[in-house]
Order: sequence, then structure tokens, then C-alpha cells
Amino acid sequence: MSRLLQNTLLTTAARHPDRTALIAGDVRMSYQEVKDYACRLAHALRTRGVRRGDRVAIFMDNTWQCALSIYGVLLADGVFVVINAQTKRDKLAFILGDSNARVLLSEPNLLRVFGPVAEQLPTLRVLCAGGIGTLSADMESLDNALTDMPTTPPPQSAISLDLASLIYTSGSTGEPKGVMHTHQSMLFALQSLVEYLRLDGTDRLLCVLPLAFDYGLYQWLMTVYTGSALVLERSFTYPAQVLNVMETEGVTVFPGVPTIFAMLLAAHERQPLCFENVRRVTNTAAALPANFNTRLREIFPNADIYRMYGLTECKRVSYLPPEQIERKPESVGIAIPGTEVMVLDDAGQPVKPGEVGTLYVRGSHVMLGYWNQPEKSAHMLKPGSLPGERLLCTHDLFTVDEDGYLYFIGRTDDIIKSRGEKISPLEVETVLYGIQGIREAVVLGIPDLLLGQAVIAFVSVMENSDLSEGRIKKLCGDKLEAFMVPKYVTILPELPKSANNKTDKKALTAMLS
Amino acid sequence: MKKTIKQYILENLLFTEDESAIQDNDSFLDGGIIDSTGVMEIILFIEETFGIRVNDDEMLPANLDSVDNLIAFVQSKQAQAVAA
Repeated sequence: MSRLLQNTLLTTAARHPDRTALIAGDVRMSYQEVKDYACRLAHALRTRGVRRGDRVAIFMDNTWQCALSIYGVLLADGVFVVINAQTKRDKLAFILGDSNARVLLSEPNLLRVFGPVAEQLPTLRVLCAGGIGTLSADMESLDNALTDMPTTPPPQSAISLDLASLIYTSGSTGEPKGVMHTHQSMLFALQSLVEYLRLDGTDRLLCVLPLAFDYGLYQWLMTVYTGSALVLERSFTYPAQVLNVMETEGVTVFPGVPTIFAMLLAAHERQPLCFENVRRVTNTAAALPANFNTRLREIFPNADIYRMYGLTECKRVSYLPPEQIERKPESVGIAIPGTEVMVLDDAGQPVKPGEVGTLYVRGSHVMLGYWNQPEKSAHMLKPGSLPGERLLCTHDLFTVDEDGYLYFIGRTDDIIKSRGEKISPLEVETVLYGIQGIREAVVLGIPDLLLGQAVIAFVSVMENSDLSEGRIKKLCGDKLEAFMVPKYVTILPELPKSANNKTDKKALTAMLS
Repeated sequence: MKKTIKQYILENLLFTEDESAIQDNDSFLDGGIIDSTGVMEIILFIEETFGIRVNDDEMLPANLDSVDNLIAFVQSKQAQAVAA
């Protein structure tokens, strides 16, 4: 019985040392190799001062080093913080500062981003994978650091209540928040997921989603837990590449978000696609249109299709058992195994079937809170019926049917979901206001066939400004991950105001329709 | 052709007119300047501009992931079209 997340790797490596664990481009690694690398990294981190509970940031693309570093950090008794490789300097600096990371693990491709940030953080140790030619004096080569390190795990003192990870997620207040998950909450979620997805050691999971996103991360954690193999791709940017690899590697599990499925279906209409080996197709992060259910069957004739719903604060909330998909094509199902959900009205009473209420989640998968954010934590975690217990209030609106199946209605905040990623309008507006020449800015989400929602910015500019729409996008791209950059920028002489002189988002929304 | 492609990339992916913003052999992926919808837009652009049709199985980094790769790809597609 694993009490710590990293023990799943040690157990699997002991049982199946030669089995393939990871396929990433030309690199194939067995469980023995993964374990050995992770142990060497753990020792290297320890000798650089990492102690129980210290945060270690992993700022890497979806590479094999990124996947293995997660376990290296855990084996050092550290807390891993995977940061999306698209993150720009200011936000990276914020996350490194907020988490007070002791070590940063990164790669040469990202030097232009982390280099200047690391210079401002003299206590931060930087280990950089790959070539060392370009590194400055205070950065070390990760490869060199690993030589001569033992391949046995260092002694561990962490217990299951200790933090395993901080997962940064966008919030409506603009700055990202570090969701605290313990070994216990992550192992619990992991076991529940593996149970309802019916995964076993013969599976091959595809991961095209960032490991910085919990949906991507758990593909790797589930792989190690079940002793299956992960086919890791950098992204779904070049679909043909991913589809080729799926075929040659015999992928059996295809996790996606609606944008990916929309691209697949569009490709299928041009040239029919069929993946007979795939046994499970999963969707979360944004609602899957019900008509995708049957159309995806054409591409994956032998697969069970899972419609799911979740949030980083508890990893996953619900899933629709695939047997129910014909009967309840719009539903996101029932609580994941071992957990409970409640849709409550404003008085805290369960709603009747068909009525709208707020979804609450109860279970060992619920986060401990947000790192260094007691007020925001209290907003999400409410007292439960047992003394000391905390329920997660999702602040999302749901209904239930007569059988207790959940239906997503909408959000109560103004978060935009584009390509399955959460985008805070405030975060984008803050960047817009930072651009010289912009007087007012409002950011909204508008329906988009491929993206779910697209980001649109309305701005007014100073009289002497020569800012163009394209220039504004470029300046946003310097500060924001690509998925947050407004797809549309509209310059207006003046933004509409409401009675109390606030910018009137409703009037702008009305203008769009 | 090179000028047209490079100008498109600069204007639509990098939102700049500064030609030094990208080298012809720079990977769009490594540079973090592209995602899946960006690729779709590039494909539409080269299809419309150069009168070619990109098959799904050609949506590969080797064909699309740098200015140089795009030029070579469009040229080979045009050559195929002439031969056919």
C-alpha cells in the first residue's frame, strides 16, 4: 500500500523493471530507467539543499525530463510545481516567488524566459537539462549534476499528510493560485480515477496535454500507478504527428478536451480516421457537445467515451459511466468512486431534480487550500457536517435529474474557458492596462466553434496613441501564455459605462450578439 | 514566396514587422509562438495563397514548423501539382 505518491514508482519499478514506462519522441524508457533517473535527481536535489517540504519548480515542456523530474522531486521529499512552458517572465517570477521555490529545473529552450528571472532570485538554484554551453555561471547542467549519484532512493521522512504538489491555476482575481495537494489527496484521486476508467498494465495512455495541467499530469501518475506506458507528446499542435504515433505505439487511452476533439472531427470529415486500438476516450476541462458522443464513435469504434467534470481544487468531481451515454448524453455523470457531490440551494438544502443550485464536493481528494491564500481558500472550502471537515464549494451551477446525474449549467464567476484552459479576464485586462497608450480595457469570452470560448478585448486608446490591434496582440503575447492572448482586439473611441461609471460588460456583450 | 510566408508569420504569429524577430529555421514550437489553432490558420493561408491542398497526414513539424520548412513544403506540393 503506497502512502506516498513516489512509492507507486518504486513498487512498479520493482515489479516490472523492464516494462516500457515512457515513450517521448525517440526516447523510450523502462520503469527501471525511470526509477534510476528519479533517484539520481533526488540525491542531486538533496545535495543542493532541498529538504522535506521544499518546493522545486519544473519549468519544462512535455519532455521525458519533465515527467521524470516529478518523481525526482518527490523522492527528495520535495513538493513539485510544474510550470507551463508557455509561461512568460512576469508570471514565472510570480510563481517562483509565491511558491518560494528552492530549485528550478528547466531546459535550454526556455533560457530566454527563466534566465532574467533567475538572476533576480539569488537564492534560487537552477539546474538546466541538455547543453551547458549557453548557461551562465550560476546555473548548473542537470546532466552533470546527476553523474555519480546513486540509483537507490534517499531515505524519506515525508508522511501522507505532507504536500506533494502545488498546481498553479488561474483565478478570477487575476493572479494564479497554488492549489495544495497532499500525497494523500493525490493518491486517493489517482486510485479513484484508475478504478472508474478501468485502466490496467496493458494500457498505453496518450498525453498531449501539458504536464503542468492536472489532466495531463494525472495521465503520467496513472501510468506509473498501473504499470502501463505513457506516450508523451509536446502538444496537439501538429495532429498528423500525434495520430501517427498513436497508430505506431498502439495507444489505448485518448484523453482530450473539446478543442482537440473538434479538430479530430474536422480532420475526420476531410479524410476518415479510425483508431481501433483505443479503448477509452475521455473529456474534461470544458463541456463536450452531446453530438460529439456519436461522431467520436466513428473515429474510435471500440472505445468507451467518458464525459467528465472537475476542477484542480479536487482533481476530478464526476464522470458519466460510459454505459449511460445514450440515455444521458448531456450529463457529466456521478461522483467519482469514494466521493460525494451535493447540489445545494442558497439555504444549503439539496435542490429538487431540475432545479439549479451550487455544486459541493466531499471526499479525500479535496485540496488543502491555496498556498499562502487563507481568504481565497475559505471562499472555496466550507465547513462540512463533521467537526473540522471541509467541503469544496465549486461555485459552479448544476442541476441533477431524478437518478442523481449531474448537468453543468454555468459558472458564477467570469472566468473564460478557451481550449479547456481557464483564463482570468482580469489577468488579461491587467496586461492590457500595462500597455502604454491604452486607456480602458475589458476582456470577455465569446462562443467559438473550435475553442469553446475565444478571448475578445475591447480597448480605448489615448488620443496620441498609434496602437494597432495587431500591435496590442503582440504586446499581450510578450506577457501572456498563447491561449490567453486575445484572439480579437477591438479598438473603440470609448467603452460604454454603466450608471455608476464602471465599464459596462453587459453592453459590450450585447454589442457582440 | 519566402517574403509572403515570412510576412504572414511575422504579422499573424508574432504581430510585428521586425524581420529579425524570427530566423528562417527557427522552430515555431520551440519558440512558443504557435499552437494548434495557429497551425490551422497557417494551413488555410498557404492553401489559399499558393493554391495547394494540405492533407491531414501532412500536418507535420517537418512540413510546417519553420519558415524554411514551409517554403520547402509548398514548393514540393507545387511541383507535385505540375507533375500530376
